[in-house]
Amino acid sequence: MKFLGVVIVCLTGGLLLYGTADFPDWGDPSSPASTHLSDYYIEKTIEDTQVPNIVTSVLADYRGFDTMFETAVIFTAGLACFLLLRDFRGKKERFYRHKPTGVILHIKDGKKTLAVGKEFEHMDKDWVPSDLIIKTVCRILIPFIQIYAMYVVAHGDFSPGGGFQGGVIFGSSLILLAISYDLKTLVKRIKEKVLGIFAALGVLIYVGIAAICMPMGGNFLDYSKLAPLVPGDPHHVRALGMLGVEIGVGFAVMAVMAIIYINIVSEGRHDEGL
Amino acid sequence: MYWPIDLIVLTFVILCAIAAISVKDLLGTAILFGAYSFMMCLLWAVMGAVDVAFTEASVGAGVSTVFFVAAIFRTSRRTKD
Repeated sequence: MKFLGVVIVCLTGGLLLYGTADFPDWGDPSSPASTHLSDYYIEKTIEDTQVPNIVTSVLADYRGFDTMFETAVIFTAGLACFLLLRDFRGKKERFYRHKPTGVILHIKDGKKTLAVGKEFEHMDKDWVPSDLIIKTVCRILIPFIQIYAMYVVAHGDFSPGGGFQGGVIFGSSLILLAISYDLKTLVKRIKEKVLGIFAALGVLIYVGIAAICMPMGGNFLDYSKLAPLVPGDPHHVRALGMLGVEIGVGFAVMAVMAIIYINIVSEGRHDEGL
Repeated sequence: MYWPIDLIVLTFVILCAIAAISVKDLLGTAILFGAYSFMMCLLWAVMGAVDVAFTEASVGAGVSTVFFVAAIFRTSRRTKD
């Protein structure tokens, strides 16, 4: 069976490699991809949108509809993860650690709880003592990661980056908090409902900005019609519209990354995990 | 003259891919997959697709590795086959 698998993989790989022989060369100016549309994008982007980063203008403006549904796909992924994994039954047994002595209490009655605070702290079954160095380094690092994420979102018009990358980096900072402290710290800081609202809000911002263009007299996603609503240079309004949708994408991606991580690592119980 | 970098990185990509499917330890596979993603990120950067490289670095090498590790944490670390 394994031999058969290897043969099939080699055959498919060989066919794919054989198929690439017909591809145009890398960077070939006469290839179909760079003869019709690319020229228009490269020549007219600054004129049309005032955005120096052509990739962003293609993703968020020329092909904004595509990116809108990508955001919807990300949202759906988070929703599916939530629906498949979320487990609302409480845990039967709990572990507490008495801080001054280090004694571990195992409470089998699910209804009885101890006050967590100065004396007791929550514990997992496979609990690793939280390391002071890791905690401190991550505590210092997390705000900078988050500021960098916001920079990536806000600067997407001018340099590589944008909503997806910034959202993922922001989500990673939340995951880093969960890893360096424990999952309860993250869940306590950002409630599940807030994450869900953020995920939906991101998609809503995108679709909302796109839909506002219609009563203003344009097509769906025609940002240039937003000019009366935005103060400043009317030529710059497409760039601002792109910034708006990028912020929406960033919200959605950030929340969905955190939702997926929390649900996977705690088997949907949101109590203990990596 | 950037083509040797291109070839070296491509070799590493293939090595990482083969190692990732042949290693029995799934945690090692997750890390190798992260390395694979990072090499792909370098390859995108060499080709000048900086946006794609950025996405690959943050999503492929960053978050998806964490998701794999989280999934391994909740399932088993050894493959059956």
